[in-house]
Amino acid sequence: MQEEVHRVFQDPLVVISVGVRTFAESLEHQGVEVIQVDWIPPAAGDQAMIDLLQDLL
Amino acid sequence: MATGIVVRKNQYYDSVFLMGVNKRLSQMRGVTQTAVLMGTEKNKQLLVDIGIRGDQVATVQASDLIVAVIAETKQVVDEVLGNLDQALLAVEGDAPRSGLRTFEDALAAAPSANLALFTIPGEYVYREARTALEAGLNVFIFSSNVPVEEELKLKELASERHLLVMGPDCGTSILGGVGIGFANAVRQGRIAAIGPSGTGLQEFTTLVHHAGYGISHALGTGSHDLSDRIGGITTYAALEALEQDPQTDVVAIIAKPPGANTLRGLGERLSTYSKPVVTCFLGVRSAEAASHGTRRVARTIDDAARLAVECFMGAESDAPTGLSDQELQHVADVRQRWSAAQKYLRGVFAGGTFCYQAQQIMQERGLRIHSNVPLDLGLGLENPNTSVGHTVLDMGDDAYTLGRPHPMIDPTMRKQRITLEGQDPEVAVLLVDFILGQNASGDPVGDLVDPIQRARETAQARDGELTVVASICGTEADYQDLSLQRRLLEDAGVIVFPSSTRAALFCAQLLEPG
Amino acid sequence: MDIKQRIQAANEEAVRRLTLGDPLLVDIAPAADVMPGMQGKWITHSGPPIEWERMCGAQQGAIIGQVMYEGWADRPEEVRALLDAGEIRLEPNHHHGAVGPMAGTISPSSPVWVVENRAFGNRAVCRQVEGRQQFGEFSEGALEGLRLWRDVWAPTLREALRRRGGLELSPIIVQALQMGDELHNRHSASSSLFANAMAVAICEAAIPTERALPTLRYLVGHNLLFLGLAMACGKAIADPAANIEASTIVTAMARNGIEFGIRVSGLGDEWFTAPAPAVDGLYLPGYAAADAGLDMGDSAITETVGWGAFTLGGAPGILTLVGGTPDEALTHSRDMRKITTAQHPIYRMPALAFAGTSVGIDIRKVVQTNIAPIIDTAIAHKDPGYPIIGAGLLRAPMECFKQALIAFGHRYNA
Repeated sequence: MQEEVHRVFQDPLVVISVGVRTFAESLEHQGVEVIQVDWIPPAAGDQAMIDLLQDLL
Repeated sequence: MATGIVVRKNQYYDSVFLMGVNKRLSQMRGVTQTAVLMGTEKNKQLLVDIGIRGDQVATVQASDLIVAVIAETKQVVDEVLGNLDQALLAVEGDAPRSGLRTFEDALAAAPSANLALFTIPGEYVYREARTALEAGLNVFIFSSNVPVEEELKLKELASERHLLVMGPDCGTSILGGVGIGFANAVRQGRIAAIGPSGTGLQEFTTLVHHAGYGISHALGTGSHDLSDRIGGITTYAALEALEQDPQTDVVAIIAKPPGANTLRGLGERLSTYSKPVVTCFLGVRSAEAASHGTRRVARTIDDAARLAVECFMGAESDAPTGLSDQELQHVADVRQRWSAAQKYLRGVFAGGTFCYQAQQIMQERGLRIHSNVPLDLGLGLENPNTSVGHTVLDMGDDAYTLGRPHPMIDPTMRKQRITLEGQDPEVAVLLVDFILGQNASGDPVGDLVDPIQRARETAQARDGELTVVASICGTEADYQDLSLQRRLLEDAGVIVFPSSTRAALFCAQLLEPG
Repeated sequence: MDIKQRIQAANEEAVRRLTLGDPLLVDIAPAADVMPGMQGKWITHSGPPIEWERMCGAQQGAIIGQVMYEGWADRPEEVRALLDAGEIRLEPNHHHGAVGPMAGTISPSSPVWVVENRAFGNRAVCRQVEGRQQFGEFSEGALEGLRLWRDVWAPTLREALRRRGGLELSPIIVQALQMGDELHNRHSASSSLFANAMAVAICEAAIPTERALPTLRYLVGHNLLFLGLAMACGKAIADPAANIEASTIVTAMARNGIEFGIRVSGLGDEWFTAPAPAVDGLYLPGYAAADAGLDMGDSAITETVGWGAFTLGGAPGILTLVGGTPDEALTHSRDMRKITTAQHPIYRMPALAFAGTSVGIDIRKVVQTNIAPIIDTAIAHKDPGYPIIGAGLLRAPMECFKQALIAFGHRYNA
């Protein structure tokens, strides 16, 4: 069943961009709908917190 | 010191709004102090406290607006009060940020999303990409440094769900005419490409375009996909999808050497593929001269493009392969202009695949080529900052890009290296690639033309000539203006080729003994 | 049950209690009568515990004013001598069922709003809100305001309130939120609604004009009047949610101009503190950022229960604090959703399509998203002797939440 991959070949692309904006912008210039996430790492990258939250959240 | 007051009768403004207006006025040049207040008793006392008094203030009512300015000169006072209406307009903010902070937020806001694009640091990719796959999205991961075990888990999950993981470390894809990441503007058509190298895909697609044909899809697989650890999961998934795709007639695979097991498995799969396939595994030495049924074997990217077109046309192409007679004659002319000391080639590449290809082409002609990404492990560089003999460099390698953007975007490291190589009196040939397309530098040639010219001048001053050979990967539809880029190079005395294959062939010819 | 399930269950209980809060104004009484456990010369103050020597300029100024108001000394030098000799007991409001704005000083004769949470029977008190002594000014004019409150306005309101049998505060809060108030720095609507109700009560209590009129003038002219009530409500609503085993919900946020402190339900009475942040603000004429003290006051109890800056999206009138735009204000309100647990069923925000206010700040979510609670506040001078100098926005320090999370880990997941 290859329908899922084919969807991306045939249906209009709807893209969620996670990270820097430049790639999202070049997609928008081509008329693609892009949803940009203003992403930051979990706990802003504080590893001690990430470890704690692994157990608690 | 000058003071001025304006009273606007019966003009009520919210006190906090006025605080903002006051801030803006007080920041104007030459202003000592401002007050923007409604005329309440308390506020009138505040004005007295800062030295503003008089009849005008005394008679003001609570529903009137007072604006007082103390400034260096009367001119400043008049200017500030004259611009009062402008200042009382509300300030529009910047365009609102999306306010979406997590992938889950975005999914909730866009339930019809079908592709997730990740450019976040590699250590965080797994969790987010997994969420995307579980939600039924295909995934494009530009991020590098994703641990290989995580890449494997993601691709196994994708496999179960019949989804594609393009990446990690994937710079290019084209889906139904839409370029993702670094991509050239190429005609849509019926030839597809798969590969772990962005620049390999880019050049293949531009060559197909220049031949007059078009691309259905170009699918990046990520740089590790064909390793034995990953086993080509995305490559297989891409092959399957393209086999079923009604828009695709021919498939090409452009890659650097796959793992041995993967290569074998792939060969078996391709022997039963229902559409013509062209493979180009750069640096693979095994004797695979003959084509098997639907599979044609290309030795270079140029070959791959030519064979793909032939498969599509069902007829042999009459496009010339190899160098023309004119180009061969040019080789002799060029060699004559070198000084006695000049003998070495230095390649300074932005495209890693072009670097591999150059090594393969030259090694086939018996030349010993060193590199920071050596095809022959015995010819690695001890110090990536010091070239030895003939050396070609992938400037996109970590050794040069830590903390910097890729050389396709940021010319700094290549400029430095070109200058360095230009100072070496034994360097005869400088080989450079220029890559156009979306997300690449706005002026790739302009970025490097100065160090190139200075290097040529340095050689001239030593009674020799530095031969600069370049390829441009791009089409007339790319935003950087291909013909202008070409002209800029030619004006600087650079010998320009339309593909990295031809540029490398020319250099190989230049260096061949005798 | 693993720890995540325990936390989930505990937080559900905390939020249940928060959303059941039903505040009623029952009295306006001298603090000594309603803050048990304090005897002799005492002053409670805003924020986590802090000694006199370490207090910021504005809080010291307020304490000086409070001492003179109580008549324990006549001149600032005498006051300082008393304080240096340790003759006056200084403790946080929060340790005695109270909250106070800015320096937040309460002393035995200060009339305080007394709010009862009918859902659980607990009470909380808050001192009056004004623009001078609580900011550190101790001039005659500043103290006169405290005296008038003690001698005229508070007793009059008390009489009217008792005659009326108390005043329900939830209906005022519900309406005010829908009228553009955010219940921390914007109280125009709630103060008007309160004044309306008390005006009628004053009349019905047949209070003589010589007290009624000045009191009504006071009510009508004070557009931050309701802040004291909102703060008492906030504490009365939050207190029952404290001390729930394994809950990661924040039950108090308080500042004293030197430190910012939080309390977490599952971690009892412990304060988790970090240096008080600077406020990003706008200033009244004659003042600038260089004059400003750091964040101060118990008023962050309003944000703790989901009001204040958490509802900025619905308070366009003050979103221009620090040049904010309507879109940013809505973004702030949406961001606060991400660090809280549930929506309040009754308190709603028209600007967010009547979504309920965000209830139950979860320290785990704060750290995970790196979104700290946003607070809007007035600004005091850094030195004693000044009235209010400005207002602005700030974020609670992430450090408080991280420390609390570490302590939580030690206690529940070692």
